[in-house]
Amino acid sequence: MAAKASRAAFGEALIELGARDERIVTLDADLSKSTMTARFAKAYPSRAFNVGIAESTMIGVAAGLALSGRIPFACSFACFLVGRFETIRVSVAYSQAPVKLVGTHVGIAIGEDGYSQMGMEDIACIRALPNIPIVQPADELETRQAVAYAVEHPGPIYLRLTRQNLEPVHGDGYRFQLGQAEVLRPGSDVSIAASGGTLWNSLEAASKLAADGIQAEVLNIATIKPLDEETILRSAGKTGRMVTVEDHSLQGGLGGAVAELLAEVMPTPVKRLGVSGFGESGDPKGLYAKHGLDPEGITRSVRKFLNR
Amino acid sequence: MANLDLARLQGIARKCRVQILRMLTHAGSGHPGGSLSVIDILTTLYFNRMRYDPERPDWEDRDRLVLSKGHCVPAQYCCMAKAGYFPESQLITLRKLGSPLQGHPDRMMVPGIEAATGSLGQGLSIAVGMALGLKLAGKSARVYCVLGDGEIQEGQVWEAAMSAPKLGAPDHHLDNLCVVLDYNGIQLDDHVKKILDLEPVADKWKAFGWPVLDIDGHDIAQIDKALDQAESLKGRPTFIVAHTVKGKGVSFMENEPEWHGKAPKPAEAIRGIREIVGEPVPSWVAPVISELEQLEKK
Repeated sequence: MAAKASRAAFGEALIELGARDERIVTLDADLSKSTMTARFAKAYPSRAFNVGIAESTMIGVAAGLALSGRIPFACSFACFLVGRFETIRVSVAYSQAPVKLVGTHVGIAIGEDGYSQMGMEDIACIRALPNIPIVQPADELETRQAVAYAVEHPGPIYLRLTRQNLEPVHGDGYRFQLGQAEVLRPGSDVSIAASGGTLWNSLEAASKLAADGIQAEVLNIATIKPLDEETILRSAGKTGRMVTVEDHSLQGGLGGAVAELLAEVMPTPVKRLGVSGFGESGDPKGLYAKHGLDPEGITRSVRKFLNR
Repeated sequence: MANLDLARLQGIARKCRVQILRMLTHAGSGHPGGSLSVIDILTTLYFNRMRYDPERPDWEDRDRLVLSKGHCVPAQYCCMAKAGYFPESQLITLRKLGSPLQGHPDRMMVPGIEAATGSLGQGLSIAVGMALGLKLAGKSARVYCVLGDGEIQEGQVWEAAMSAPKLGAPDHHLDNLCVVLDYNGIQLDDHVKKILDLEPVADKWKAFGWPVLDIDGHDIAQIDKALDQAESLKGRPTFIVAHTVKGKGVSFMENEPEWHGKAPKPAEAIRGIREIVGEPVPSWVAPVISELEQLEKK
C-alpha cells in the first residue's frame, strides 16, 4: 500500500461500508471536501447531509439520527468538532447517542493554515468524557478497519484522522481491535508509544537508535481510550523507560494518559513529546522539526532521556 | 385530534400542578415557574396527541418528545408517571441520591426520556435529527420539541432553525417536526425583555422558513387545535408560539422571576396547592397536604 492520509482512507472505506449498510449517513459542516465525505455524498446523495457551517447543530442532528436508528458519521476538522464540546458532552455522550465523531486535520502537521485550524486539544477533551472511545489509526489499513469497527460499535466513538499522508506500518494480516495496542518493534532499552501521524516517525527513530546500540520498543496505541494497560505495563516493565510521541498538546493527550497509568500502577520515568504552546503556520516538515516530532527530534529526545 | 375531552385534560393538568409543587418541595430545589407554565402543553401532548407505549419505551413507531428546556422536567415526570412509565409514588424521589429522576433529563435512567437535555439550546438539533431519522426509516411517527423562551437566546437554536425547513429536502421534508415555544417571558435572571428581548419572535421564525402559529399556551383546546394544524401542514416543520404565564396557577409565583429556580417551602406548597384545586379540597389532595404538613414539622 502507498502512503495515504487517514482522512482519505476513511472517505473510501465509508463508501464501501455505505453500500452494505443503508443506515450509514454522513453529516458535514461545509468541509466535506476536506473530511473526504464528499464522495460518499455523491454516491449516496439522500444519505449525506451538509448542515452548513454549524457544527453544534451537526452534532445535535447526528445525535437525533443515531437515536432513531441511523449510523451517523459527524465530520469536521477536529478543532471545530471538539470545539463544540458542550454539545458532544450532553447531546452525544450523556444521551448515549451512538454518533461516530470524525475529527480530521489533527495537529501541527496541517502546516500552513496555522493554529486556529489545528486539532490540538481534542484528545484531552474527549478523554474527559466517560463513554467515548478515542481511536487514532496510523495508516490506510488500520484506518479502514477502524472505520468498519466504528460502524459496529454500539455507542459513540471518536476517530482522529490526519490531513497528511501516512506511510504504511502494518502488514496485510493486521487486525484492528478496539482497546488493543500492538508492539510494532520489540526492544529492551526504552519504550516509545505513539499512534497516528507520529508512529512512522517513531519507527524511524527506533531504527536510528538501533544503529547506536539502543533497542527501542515501539508501541502503536491506536486506541487512546480505553488504553491497553496490559501491553503498556508489560513494555514499561521490560524497558523501564517510557517515551510518548503525539501531534497534540502535551497536556491531556496520549502522554498524559500513559503517565497517569504508570504513575498509579508502576511508577516509571516518562518523557512526553508533543506540542507545547500554540501551533503556528509553516511547512509541516519544518514544524515537526521545530517541535521535535520528526525522527531526528525523537531520536535526540530519547538519547537525552536515557543519558546516552 | 378528535374527541377532545377538555374536562379530563384540565383535570390531569391540575393534578400535575399539584404533583409539581409536591415533588419540588420534597426535593428542596428545582424549577417551579417553568414547570407550571409548560404543563398544559405537556398534558395535551401526552394525553391527547402522542402515540406511545410505556410498556415499550423503545417502540420504533412512537412519537418523540424532546424537552429542550430540560430544567422543567418535573412537569414531564408528572405526565410520564400518570401515563404509566413509572409509579407516581416515585415522583417525590426527584433529585434524591439514587433516584432515576435526575434534576435534568437523563435518557439512560428513565426509559421514555428521549434525550439528555438541560444544557440549553441543544434539544432542537436533536429533534431535527430524530425527525430526519424517522423520515429516512419511512416511519410516520412525529417529533415534538419544547423550547424555553430564554433558551432561544442560544445560537445553536438558530442554527437548527435555519436548517430544519431545508434539511431532508427534496425527499424527506421534516413536516413530522413540531416545535412549541413556552413563551412565559421570564428567564433565570429576570424578565426576558429586560435581559435580551426576543421580539419580533414570530417574524424571526417565519423569516427562517417556519409556518408560525400563535396560541394561548394554557388553553388546551387551542393547544390541541394548533397541534392538529401542525400535523396537517405538509412540507415544512411547524413552530408554535405558546404564550404562557410563568408559575401559572399559583398566584404568588405567577410572573415572578424569583420562582424560576426556587422550591417552595411546605407551607408555600400547601397554599399553592389549595389555590390550584380550590374549595372544597378534593379527596385525593388531602393526603398530599397532610404529607407536606408532616414535612413542615421536620
